[in-house]
Amino acid sequence: MLKDITLGQFFPGNSLAHRLDPRTKIVLTLLYIVALFCAKWFVSYGLVAAVLLIAVKISGVAPRALVKGLKPILFIICFTAVLNLLYTPGEPLVSFWIFTITREGVQTAFFMILRIVMLIMGTFLLTYTTSPIALTDGLETLLGPLKKIRVPVHELAMIMSIALRFIPTLIEETDKIMSAQKARGADFETGNILQRARALVPILVPLFISAFRRADELAVAMECRCYHGGQGRTKLRVLRCEARDYLVLLAYCLMLAGVLVLARFGL
Amino acid sequence: MKPIIRVENLVHTYGINTPFCRSAVDGVSMEIYEGEFLGIIGHTGSGKSTLIQHLNGLLKPTGGTIFLGDRDIWADPKKIREVRFRVGLVFQYPEYQLFEETVYKDIAFGAKNMGLEEGEIDRRVRSAAAFAGLGEDLLDKSPFDLSGGQKRRVAIAGVIAMEPEVLILDEPSAGLDPAGRRSLLENIRRYHRERGTTVVMVSHSMDEVAENVDRIIVLADAGVVMSGTPHQVFSRARELMDVGLNVPQVTQVAMELTRLGVDIDPAVYTVADLRAALAARRGGTAKC
Ligand SMILES: Nc1ncnc2c1ncn2[C@@H]1O[C@H](COP(=O)(O)OP(=O)(O)OP(=O)(O)O)[C@@H](O)[C@H]1O
Ligand SMILES: [Mg+2]
Repeated sequence: MLKDITLGQFFPGNSLAHRLDPRTKIVLTLLYIVALFCAKWFVSYGLVAAVLLIAVKISGVAPRALVKGLKPILFIICFTAVLNLLYTPGEPLVSFWIFTITREGVQTAFFMILRIVMLIMGTFLLTYTTSPIALTDGLETLLGPLKKIRVPVHELAMIMSIALRFIPTLIEETDKIMSAQKARGADFETGNILQRARALVPILVPLFISAFRRADELAVAMECRCYHGGQGRTKLRVLRCEARDYLVLLAYCLMLAGVLVLARFGL
Repeated sequence: MKPIIRVENLVHTYGINTPFCRSAVDGVSMEIYEGEFLGIIGHTGSGKSTLIQHLNGLLKPTGGTIFLGDRDIWADPKKIREVRFRVGLVFQYPEYQLFEETVYKDIAFGAKNMGLEEGEIDRRVRSAAAFAGLGEDLLDKSPFDLSGGQKRRVAIAGVIAMEPEVLILDEPSAGLDPAGRRSLLENIRRYHRERGTTVVMVSHSMDEVAENVDRIIVLADAGVVMSGTPHQVFSRARELMDVGLNVPQVTQVAMELTRLGVDIDPAVYTVADLRAALAARRGGTAKC
């Protein structure tokens, strides 16, 4: 059940999407998000969706995995949809009790769902095709200029890569602890809220203990290898942009331009 | 003898529909008889832990059936908790599962979940602690102040306190020092002898298995490759080595003696048996 949370999970592969420079992919994702938020109507959404579909196809990531990633935020999607559906003023379609559903409401709700779903899928595509290490490497380089104004970019990147690295480990650990407590008859599925909350204690205590232990061990291991922060640190994998990076970037820029033009005409 | 657990054609595949998809258990059929001490051996990654987590319904089979008594344990998924009380499972490195303030409370966790009354829980906790080799003085301590070996005993006691019909231990002695191993195994053996409970022990150590169990099941690459008494299994030394395992040290000595022309059974597996075999050959009794 916890395995459904796929955040930060990387599916190794050798597609074009995998081989692109992580910096390119981060910028692409940003362009994609901007385009998504500028889209107004079916045509512009269609253009963004087409780009997403092509990207998924190229990456070789199973669409099923992308859909599965939506599960945890299903509630948020429904919640926003319902709010938009009920609270958008405009031409009423149906009304019952104190609620009125308007034509505009249906439209906004529909596009809102579309937007969230495509947003999640697009960003998941990034984490599915980019290893956490490459991802933070890319981010660190992209944010490099901020070092000039004393933003601790390297430290932040390190924190992020450690966090990303440990998400699957902690999930696995939680699963293991849950199994062990279930073997002793722990019951997480029934009871009222209070009982369920109390049932979490046997999971959380061991989980925190092990997380602290891991943090401690990691700190020692890093110190043993003389880690002292980013200063003068060289890289094992030097990032290099190639022709394909520029080509894909160009394609995405065209998509953004297209969306902007279409949106301008209200399409 | 009557089988208490019967596994039929069990298949378990991790990560279906992901690129990491692989079968950790593939078509395993086996039986566990009432009152026996069964050993399960197999190389690292052969699927031992996966297999035993099916026996108490922690993992749901991808294919195949598990019978406890005559009932399919998944016939009624709502009753799976009952199965977990009847088949007690001690995980590999179970130290991490402790969470209570005192050792006593931690051992009582399983028994409490069964909904027993206070007096019965108390009796079970004390008897389980004794079987696991924990002194009364430890019961009021915090489990986090104990040594690794003691923590493991607390975890084992926590499962014993549920008084399951079948006790399954996944590598109970891994990572302990020789004295700790010996005494823990002695505790388990005593529990099996005095309670008559069915015990299943997963292990990597051939010597440990040889000295304790009545019957062995050998797993390799997600399937059963051999099963039988220790004598039957250890007489197939070649095949065992082929699947990344070995025979007990005593058996290695006996095999070497056979190779040198000494006429004894090459598949003896305990020191006592080897001594008896050598003595019989000399036509006298052992002097040492
Ligand atoms: N939760 C899981 N998700 C995916 N694969 C798993 C999981 N647990 C185990 N596996 C895989 O299944 C196979 C069998 O694992 P299992 O833990 O059953 O082996 P084992 O025989 O207990 O090994 P060991 O002696 O090291 O404990 C291994 O290849 C392992 O990588
Ligand atoms: Mg194991």
